[in-house]
Amino acid sequence: MVRFENVGLRYGLGPEVLRDLSFQIPAHSFQFLTGPSGAGKTSLLRLLFLSHRPTRGLVNLFGHDISQLGKDDIADLRKRIGIVLQDFRLLDHMTTYENVALPFRVMGRSESSYRKEVIDLLKWVGLGERMDALPPILSGGEKQRAAIARAVISRPQLLLADEPTGSVDPTLGRRLLRLFIELNKSGTAVIIATHDIALMDQYEARRFVLHQGRLHVYE
Amino acid sequence: MSRPDERGVLVDLGQEGPPLPARARNMSPIVPRASIHGRALVAVVAIMTFLASTTTGTVLLVSASAAEWQSDVASEITIQVRPQTGRDLERDTAAVTEAMRAQAGIVEVKPFTKDESGKLLEPWLGTGLSMDDLPVPRLIIARVQPGTGLDLGALRARVTQMAPSASVDDHRAWIERMRSMTNATVLAGLGILALVIIATIISVSFATRGAMAANRPIVEVLHFVGAGDRYIANRFLRHFLRLGLEGGVIGGGAAMLVFGFSESIAGWFSGTPVGDQFAALLGTFSLRPSGYIVLAVQAVLIGAITAVASRQTLFATLNDVD
Repeated sequence: MVRFENVGLRYGLGPEVLRDLSFQIPAHSFQFLTGPSGAGKTSLLRLLFLSHRPTRGLVNLFGHDISQLGKDDIADLRKRIGIVLQDFRLLDHMTTYENVALPFRVMGRSESSYRKEVIDLLKWVGLGERMDALPPILSGGEKQRAAIARAVISRPQLLLADEPTGSVDPTLGRRLLRLFIELNKSGTAVIIATHDIALMDQYEARRFVLHQGRLHVYE
Repeated sequence: MSRPDERGVLVDLGQEGPPLPARARNMSPIVPRASIHGRALVAVVAIMTFLASTTTGTVLLVSASAAEWQSDVASEITIQVRPQTGRDLERDTAAVTEAMRAQAGIVEVKPFTKDESGKLLEPWLGTGLSMDDLPVPRLIIARVQPGTGLDLGALRARVTQMAPSASVDDHRAWIERMRSMTNATVLAGLGILALVIIATIISVSFATRGAMAANRPIVEVLHFVGAGDRYIANRFLRHFLRLGLEGGVIGGGAAMLVFGFSESIAGWFSGTPVGDQFAALLGTFSLRPSGYIVLAVQAVLIGAITAVASRQTLFATLNDVD
């Protein structure tokens, strides 16, 4: 599903923040991505989300060499990827329900076709009572859950999550991890970037460890 | 690159599921209207449309009046019989008048008498002068039937045969000058129109860039959820099309009201010296229905130009945002 070969990334004329990354992410797989702050976790997630282009090497996503893709192709590929960012990126003028339903809306689906699915998921992540609330009045944990719900609602083939349990208590963290595991069981490849050792210890999965821009994979 | 598989529900809450709302939810617009500083843009487009419409209306008015003058003047021939030693001016004038009356294509001939010729000179020479002492030429005005192809060369030869000092003027030089002036007015109008449209496009581009900058977080999130540039541009475009049309209708409507009002004012003053001078210069000062249609079409066009300029800017800006 994802293949990196000797990939390097630098910003402008600065030093390489990612060096010689070579790995594969098979379909239906689950992996944690960890490493110290500044090791390049977010940069790697952005490469996987096609927000950045590598400065060298080959990135192949869903069978496509991304260096050959145009903007419209990238937009199509992104519909198959869900992403949860550390700063949530919720739209403040939309309710929690509308934020979570946004991927369906962009796909052009009618509201009645996804209403039940969105409401069920919001209930699952504990936001059943906050559906009509606007993000500015949500707590950090609620925003995080809303962002996760938005990323998984369309059941993407690849889910990228950057510190998805950073703002929630351990109980809710376990519940969210269960959501990712359920999603993985239904066919989505999952990559969770986290510092949380306790979270990683709760589920047996491959670990990608980034250190000084280089990647070490522990099966 | 559409998704190949469709899986079942992600989470099944079974009987715990919340009841569905009875009615569909009213979804907020993806790009909030308030985030685009619409009032300023509507005002700019309205002012530009007003200026463009006033220019177009004035050009139409001047063209119509000029065409009217030209047709009036072109249907007249003026013959001037100058006094000459050894010739009887009265007899020459009478002979030329008769010849003109006999000429095919001439529907009316009016010779000016000595007194009438004197009256024409009063504004310059004052009253109380004896015209007998002055070598005042006589004028003969002949009205030509519209559409008649008069052989001016032959006519001139005949007239000078009867009165060697006579000259025939069909006002061609004056008409040419008038035509040049009208063309210059139309060109100036088109120039102003072009400037107004360029200024509109620039204003709209700035407004679009401003709106895109203000809504950059929305654009980024839309990219995250897989929206293409076309989808995002369309969300913004409908706002700008509406704002452009709103401005176009306000500006165009105001210009139409001004022309309608001016027509009424011209009507109130008709019969007065001021009104008569005005009418002589600008005709009836009324736009024909076709003129109002032109203004309406122009207002819609400016609205459309706003949308197109906005679209170009949107795509250019989206290329920079990711």
